[in-house]
Amino acid sequence: MRRRAWVRQIMGMPISIHVRGGDVDSPVVARGVEEAFDLVRQADRLFSTYRRDSEISRVRRGELDPGQADSLVQQVITLCHQAGELTGGAFTDQLPDDDGVLRLDPTGLVKGWAVDRAARRLADLAGTSYCLNAGGDVAVGGTAVEAGDGPGALWRVGIEDPRDRSRIAEVVELHHGAVATSGTAARGAHLYDPATGTFVQRAGSVTVIGPSLMWADVWATALFVGPASLSLLLSQVAEGYRVISL
Amino acid sequence: MRRIVFAVLSTITAVVLLFSYHTSTNSATLAGSPIPQLPASPGATSPAPSSKKSGAPTSQPSQASYTGATADTRWGPVQVKITVRGGRISASEAVQYPQNNGRDAQINGFALPILNQEVVQQQSASIDTVSGATVTSDGYLQSLQSAIDQAHL
Repeated sequence: MRRRAWVRQIMGMPISIHVRGGDVDSPVVARGVEEAFDLVRQADRLFSTYRRDSEISRVRRGELDPGQADSLVQQVITLCHQAGELTGGAFTDQLPDDDGVLRLDPTGLVKGWAVDRAARRLADLAGTSYCLNAGGDVAVGGTAVEAGDGPGALWRVGIEDPRDRSRIAEVVELHHGAVATSGTAARGAHLYDPATGTFVQRAGSVTVIGPSLMWADVWATALFVGPASLSLLLSQVAEGYRVISL
Repeated sequence: MRRIVFAVLSTITAVVLLFSYHTSTNSATLAGSPIPQLPASPGATSPAPSSKKSGAPTSQPSQASYTGATADTRWGPVQVKITVRGGRISASEAVQYPQNNGRDAQINGFALPILNQEVVQQQSASIDTVSGATVTSDGYLQSLQSAIDQAHL
């Protein structure tokens, strides 16, 4: 089994792409991987709240009407609204800025959205299997490199124990799909609960496994900050997702 | 050894580039290693003089160390060296990490030893990737994964 990895620093985090298959050294694979990274870079240019010239920053300053923004920006804003509705309001794209004023901030959805787009590009690479890890959120897939989705297409994703980060609490095996984890173990209280208007302090983490990294990430965040009953809602509104609460 | 690593790396600017060198006294290490394809990087062809790392077994015929690419984390560059024996990771060590102030020391005092354990544990459990990692550990793990992948483990 041939394998190869690429790592780039984008959106302020290291993003690694691992590819397995018979032809991982081919220019076709290299080009596909760079194009996958480019899709994340494009998202960063449009959506970074750290870049003064991004479309999102211009929308936040009132200089750009969302209706006049790039079609991708409009698409993401629509998805944010859907995410808010599906999660009963536990997901929000209205986050307090440095002055405590609520402003459009789709960051919580954009990362998964961008990685899903990048993953679709990698899925086009015939005869290979990929694992894309963006700051701890993971998407895997690709065409099976051995008959019957053999071991080369299986990825083992370790889920960190939020209370003892020297441990892997669970291992999830996937051929296709995504694993997203939200919690405070890594960066402290950074997950905002729109119901209380505060950043959640509690320990632990929520991991969601499912077909789309964007939705897995949205739900992981919503389930972490929202009421316990939300996991029932997830099973009702989205198929193929499961939750690991630690 | 560490000085040699930095001296060589200072000449290398590529983001993902592997520097490898022997840590065992067995000069046939790389030729006989379970890693068939080392990258044709300047580092790979510039083995440092043999030396024994304290505590590292040297009797195994297929031991080699690899230093991953430097990963830029929020707090500064992090770089990891792994020791491979018999095709498995036997040890990992941070060769470069932020230590400029008390905050860095706090982060490293907490994160780096844990991550050292984690990588060995990951390898033993055959985990391909980790969900839930932090910014610092992201950099650390990515750097390791870069090294692991370059070594074709």
